[in-house]
Amino acid sequence: MRLDSKIPEGPLSDKWTDYRSSIPLVNPANKRNLEVIVVGSGLAGASAGATLAELGYKVKVFCFQDSPRRAHSIAAQGGINAAKNYQNDGDSIYRLFYDTIKGGDYRSREANVYRLAEVSVNIIDQCVAQGVPFAREYGGLLANRSFGGVQVQRTFYAAGQTGQQLLLGAYSALQRQIGMGNVQMYARHEMLDVVLIDGKARGIIARNLINGELERHFGHAVVLCTGGYGNVFYLSTNAMGSNVTAAWKANKRGAFFANPCFTQIHPTCIPVSGEHQSKLTLMSESLRNDGRIWVPKKQKDERHPTQIPEDERDYYLERRYPAFGNLVPRDVASRAAKERCDAGYGVGATGMAVYLDYASAIIRYGKQEANKLGEYNASDQRVKELGKALVKEKYGNLFDMYEKITGDNPYEVPMRIYPAVHYTMGGLWVDYNLMTTVPGLYSLGESNFSDHGANRLGASALMQGLADGYFVIPYTIGDYLSKEIRTPSIPTDHEAFERTEKEVKERIDHLINIKGKKPVDYYHRSLGKIMWDKCGMSRNAEGLKEAIKEIQALREEFWQNVRVPGQSDEFNPELEKAGRVADFLELGELMCIDALDREESCGGHFREEHQTEDGEALRNDEDYSYVAAWENKGDGKFELHKEELAYENIKIAQRSYK
Amino acid sequence: MKLTLKVWRQRNAKVKGQFETHNIDNVSPDMSFLEMIDVLNAQIIESGGDPVAFDHDCREGICGMCSMYINGRPHGPNTGTTTCQLHMRSFKDGDTITIEPWRSVAFPVIKDLAVDRSSFDRIMSAGGFVSVNTGNARDANSLPISKEDADSAFSAAACIGCGACVAACPNGSAMLFVSAKVSQLAKLPQGQPERKSRVKNMVKQMDKEGFGFCSNHAACEVECPKSISIDNIALMNRDYLSASLASEK
Ligand SMILES: Cc1cc2nc3c(=O)[nH]c(=O)nc-3n(C[C@H](O)[C@H](O)[C@H](O)COP(=O)(O)OP(=O)(O)OC[C@H]3O[C@@H](n4cnc5c(N)ncnc54)[C@H](O)[C@@H]3O)c2cc1C
Ligand code: SF4
Ligand code: FES
Repeated sequence: MRLDSKIPEGPLSDKWTDYRSSIPLVNPANKRNLEVIVVGSGLAGASAGATLAELGYKVKVFCFQDSPRRAHSIAAQGGINAAKNYQNDGDSIYRLFYDTIKGGDYRSREANVYRLAEVSVNIIDQCVAQGVPFAREYGGLLANRSFGGVQVQRTFYAAGQTGQQLLLGAYSALQRQIGMGNVQMYARHEMLDVVLIDGKARGIIARNLINGELERHFGHAVVLCTGGYGNVFYLSTNAMGSNVTAAWKANKRGAFFANPCFTQIHPTCIPVSGEHQSKLTLMSESLRNDGRIWVPKKQKDERHPTQIPEDERDYYLERRYPAFGNLVPRDVASRAAKERCDAGYGVGATGMAVYLDYASAIIRYGKQEANKLGEYNASDQRVKELGKALVKEKYGNLFDMYEKITGDNPYEVPMRIYPAVHYTMGGLWVDYNLMTTVPGLYSLGESNFSDHGANRLGASALMQGLADGYFVIPYTIGDYLSKEIRTPSIPTDHEAFERTEKEVKERIDHLINIKGKKPVDYYHRSLGKIMWDKCGMSRNAEGLKEAIKEIQALREEFWQNVRVPGQSDEFNPELEKAGRVADFLELGELMCIDALDREESCGGHFREEHQTEDGEALRNDEDYSYVAAWENKGDGKFELHKEELAYENIKIAQRSYK
Repeated sequence: MKLTLKVWRQRNAKVKGQFETHNIDNVSPDMSFLEMIDVLNAQIIESGGDPVAFDHDCREGICGMCSMYINGRPHGPNTGTTTCQLHMRSFKDGDTITIEPWRSVAFPVIKDLAVDRSSFDRIMSAGGFVSVNTGNARDANSLPISKEDADSAFSAAACIGCGACVAACPNGSAMLFVSAKVSQLAKLPQGQPERKSRVKNMVKQMDKEGFGFCSNHAACEVECPKSISIDNIALMNRDYLSASLASEK
């Protein structure tokens, strides 16, 4: 099968506008007869669900939490990018496009990224109209800050709770449509398979998580907005329930999975504190705006950080990357932290942490504030006090979170941080319309692979989720649905629904009946360890080969020895977990296969065999400038399909942040 | 640390529940409260029992999913803290801890510690929004909003919809939750056109869901993990009154 990305003809900057106005329309009377299933209620799903319903489609939305407002997007902290150029600092659509392609280490599609940059400006307008309380300046205009990998200030934010505010905006739009009867909401429902009829996606099988009943739902199209798969590593910054199940079932039904090995390890997270750890907490990248990262110059220096004088500190990011300093992209910052810790300069009880220090920012801000107030001779004490108040206003909730978890006060003592799994650039392969390789099956937001190449820039996931949901799918779905107006709703006693439901049921019964010895978490944790050690921040062929064998063995053991308590016809969180871990145990292997295939280092994928003399990632554009799209052939077999990437508007260069 | 846990067990909304006692050792002060429950559940599963069902997702205090009533207080002993952010260093070796679900007629128990809070979503559907379809918006900076107004709208918008306010209230009132949304939008120019209908519709739905009345007890404010202020309730009462008067004309 040849992958057709359906990128419209014409100059880059006209593609979307021209294409958008040429997509066939569906008339309002027909829209009322067309049913769309949206799985997921995060930024992508809530925005898509609300907008499609506003347009007149009959929409059903599913999520596994008890309310759509709790989707994992709620946890996003730092901000959302948009090429508004409100700061007049030289930003433009082209620059956001360029930064994203470069940040992604030249492994994403030009046309998709350009469209993303174009619609970014509409997102901010839409959110403000909904009443999203973004941070503002005293003049009443919107405030911005910078994020890694860029030299302009284009990030909009609401303290450290940007995802919450954006999601509540999209959720309110969704609830409005639910109230009007245009959307039927199915919370506490988990999609467990896609139903295909004549090769097209025609619905899903979902489990009602309260009573365990399996339900069949028909849709003329199915839109997966089910988030990322970072939890394959067990420990990640993702919410506990985040999973790959929906995307993985889609893969098994014919949707190719693209670039599964492209995962993002975020440089600033609270380090692991012990065996009991269930998840990791992010300290937003926005903290790198003002915080400085350092380790002692001496190995195993056990002095208290405030006792280590300035000239005995190694601000290694500022040293290695003077042009971007603490604001290098995530992959670069993470590897640099690992390098220092591996070399013995790490701090804290485990030596697996570096400092993120706010002392100088507090003083800088304090002086600014004192000047503003006309207190030109303010004492050091007063300057600190003013500085702390300002830092609190910008990052208060993050500092509080840090203190709650660690028991340390970050206003006084530098924070200890270490990289952790955070985001997955890989996902379902989609064309320009966001359709997967299964007709009628779409994928939006983090669940697709489309825009971030091998590394995502900070504050761009929220942008992508909302772009896909508010401004892309409402148009592109018309390309497909306009041809479906003659398809009546298919009754769910159709043989395909029956067969798929039976398969789902058998799998659930199987899990319950193993009645083995070890809890699900044991397998999840073991898988996570393999993935982190061998398919994490750096990878090599030997390790990946071992990992594949170990995962296969673990999977086998899981299916023989896992214990899932309770029954399938009741509220049973352990059963939910078991199903998700079973899918992770298959995905993990594919990630290693993909990482093994990609004989180069790019973005978040660092192959030890491929690095420059000073330890930077060494890309191989000659041979690997493609999207790796994997077809699931069943029985753990996968076939690679390549989508070659063509760069017509950007000159490919070795990425440098020096 | 060694602890004794008295946990509420209830198979579903239809049957009665009761407390079950468990002993647990090896609790580290660095564990979060939910990680301690994870350890308890692993212990129960290994001995062939039925683990305690509870709601949780983000485990960082933002999704509003976790909801435990610990030693008589929603989200436990610390102020401004969700259950998932509570750490075991807030307890002592040898403590007995009582853990219950949110109790309110409007939040029926699903199982053990998990309750049904869909009433909150229905209240939101009744009016917790600005009616603006995608694509109708003008340039964001064409509507300046004073920093004070934006900040104060943000403080109200920080509500995570957890329902602790209801669990804390002797009357089971949802006023703090509802007023947080009403007041966020009342403080912003975008919220003005629907200001009156919003408050009336949301309050109507709240009453329909079976939440109790507000007697200014203020327990909600104390227990709210996001420190949402009861000033929002005062604002909502004023708006409600003026909306009702207006509609009587
Ligand atoms: C801690 C943290 C902070 C972040 N901060 C930022 C930031 O500042 N800026 C930024 O741009 N990005 C940030 N990100 C990334 C960003 O939040 C996510 O990439 C983005 O929110 C994903 O949105 P989504 O809509 O694709 O999926 P999600 O929000 O993950 O939603 C997934 C939805 O799918 C549903 N679902 C999943 N599987 C099923 C199933 N089988 N059946 C039914 N429903 C299902 C879930 O219930 C949920 O509703 C952050 C991520 C984390 C972890
Ligand atoms: S007002 Fe506070 S306690 Fe009530 S739902 Fe919101 S965050 Fe929870
Ligand atoms: S689990 Fe999300 S707030 Fe506690």
